[in-house]
Amino acid sequence: MLNKSQRKTFEKIFEGLLFSSSTVTSITVIFIIIFLFSEGIGLFNSKPIEKEYFIALNETNPVKDISPSDIDLIFNQDVTNWSKLGGKNDSIILFTLNNITDYIPEDSLGVNLEFLPAQINKFISSNTGVIAYFPDEYKPEKFDAFILPVGNVKVSEFLKGKNWYPTNQPAAQLGILPLILGTLWVSFGAILIALPLGLATAIYLAEVADMRLRNILKPLIELLAGIPSVVYGFFGLVVIVPLVQKTFGLAVGETALVGSIILGIMALPTIITITEDSIRATPRSQKEASLALGASRWQTMVRVIIPYSKSGIAAAIILGIGRAVGETMAVLMVTGNASVIPHSFLQPVRTIPATIAAELGEAPAGGLHFKALFALGIVLFIITFGINLTVEIIKSRTKRA
Amino acid sequence: MKSKKRFYEFLVFNIFRIISFLVVGLLFVILFFISIRGIGVINWEFLTSMPKEGMTQGGIFPAIVGTFCLMVGSMLFAFPIGVLSGIYTNEYLKESRFKSFLRSMTNNLAGIPSIVFGLFGMALFVNKLHFGDSLIAGSLTLGLLALPVIIRTTEEALKTVDMSLRTGSYALGATKLQTIRRVVFPIAFPNILTGLILSMGRVSGETAPILFTVAAYFLPKLPQSIFDQAMALPYHLYVLTTSGTNMEESRPMAYGTAFVLIMIVLIFNLLANWLRRYFGKKVKM
Repeated sequence: MLNKSQRKTFEKIFEGLLFSSSTVTSITVIFIIIFLFSEGIGLFNSKPIEKEYFIALNETNPVKDISPSDIDLIFNQDVTNWSKLGGKNDSIILFTLNNITDYIPEDSLGVNLEFLPAQINKFISSNTGVIAYFPDEYKPEKFDAFILPVGNVKVSEFLKGKNWYPTNQPAAQLGILPLILGTLWVSFGAILIALPLGLATAIYLAEVADMRLRNILKPLIELLAGIPSVVYGFFGLVVIVPLVQKTFGLAVGETALVGSIILGIMALPTIITITEDSIRATPRSQKEASLALGASRWQTMVRVIIPYSKSGIAAAIILGIGRAVGETMAVLMVTGNASVIPHSFLQPVRTIPATIAAELGEAPAGGLHFKALFALGIVLFIITFGINLTVEIIKSRTKRA
Repeated sequence: MKSKKRFYEFLVFNIFRIISFLVVGLLFVILFFISIRGIGVINWEFLTSMPKEGMTQGGIFPAIVGTFCLMVGSMLFAFPIGVLSGIYTNEYLKESRFKSFLRSMTNNLAGIPSIVFGLFGMALFVNKLHFGDSLIAGSLTLGLLALPVIIRTTEEALKTVDMSLRTGSYALGATKLQTIRRVVFPIAFPNILTGLILSMGRVSGETAPILFTVAAYFLPKLPQSIFDQAMALPYHLYVLTTSGTNMEESRPMAYGTAFVLIMIVLIFNLLANWLRRYFGKKVKM
């Protein structure tokens, strides 16, 4: 047997154990923030072109600054004249390792490419319209060209850029606007589908259905929340994708619409549960007062119960959006993952979580692409954190009221 | 006038009823669709052999084992911490700023998307702590994901214990710890257990957190240690449907895997419901 003072120490130790356990969630949240930011912020200290490569122009070229997206346009040959970039009317000559033999005979480069740097220098200085892209190891010692200064990735370019091609050569395109819009489209579509169904079901369960029926329906709806998202994705892929494809006569069935339908179904349990709880929280006295004044059940519902529980309903909508925004696997499997700015629900779209899930496996740790995906994680975290915060504020207000 | 109003009300309520049945019907559509196509694939060989021939033949044994390991591993970590944490916030802390801070942090953790857990698990466990893609990295990531649910169910369970039982125990001279251990915890335990079972069901289906922390695309052997990679059912289903070598021929395998996954979730849910009812009756007596 422990004596009294031993027991007291033991209780103190146990309390310490309890305390440290209770801090685990807070520490985790802080760690998640630290790790996301430490990996993701690095993106804005890196250059969007490959490490140990350089881009050079003829010295006489008046263009001294080219944005990453313009570099991409040039190397895709969408822009072929310097005048479009504010330069002289001179056609652009691409000059890279891939096409060097078009300009310089192979035998004059030397067996081990030992003459390559000198040839690069000669070619760039003798052609005014050239833009060259080579590894640093071939940089001539005496270089008579203008080496293009490539700035770090900017936050505004990241958020507003319209192209997401993170592995593009020579300049990675790291614009996440299509991903943000894709996420929002799919999520709002999901809420448009889930909200009327969810509200009707919640009202039915809370006010109309008798207790026995409710006790059967409620666990089934909770079960709907238990189905793994990958199973929803699978179901969407084998059932709803072909259905949508046939109904609308599309070339591909993987569209934002299918994503919204699946996410809508997945958001239903959240919306139903929270709405039903807030409808049930309406004081009995208010309901009965309304009925006693001669109002019908329907009038009581519309004029008394729904106004009373409107903040709960708002919380349900926001939380439903939160679920939809963060959902990964189901969306990844059914939306087609095309990183274009969406214009209709019958188009493939790509969301932020799906992008992370699809690409992180291929991105080498610490590289530009890897950092960009963590930066996407930051954006996702901020969106969902904001949503949770809003819900908490709504909840605490209702409590006080 | 009055009858018109009545009719209107009748109409609306019936529409609501139809919608409610529709919503529940969705569940059955999904369950039946996958069961009908999946149940034919299930046999002893499917459940106990390795995948073969580019995953178009053979079974899903390593994925079942992997998922089981992840469920157990994550709960070994999350259950004690979650329960202790729930006890602390409910039994020890008075309403204070600190308590609401802890609560909102737990809520925030619950609201973080699962893919962000995946990113975090990869950055911390796989890269920083050099666990590599391993069962331990996956279990810890999944454990953190399940933690808020366990904390919340523990708190709810403790709240249902009547205050008079606690004061009675104190009056008999018991200390706080004794009261919790001998009086409060045994009464709350069935409900806590329900939370454990539900979160095990949930963990079994999570895919995004294990993508980069443990899951192997194709690994026809069982994990030998906690530092090994493993296959897992949800990831296996994803691979079979989106990036298998021959998607047409591996479709039956996908239906079978989806069926097993759904069965696990269903069984865990039913078990939790049964427990809740069984002990619910007992406690009331």
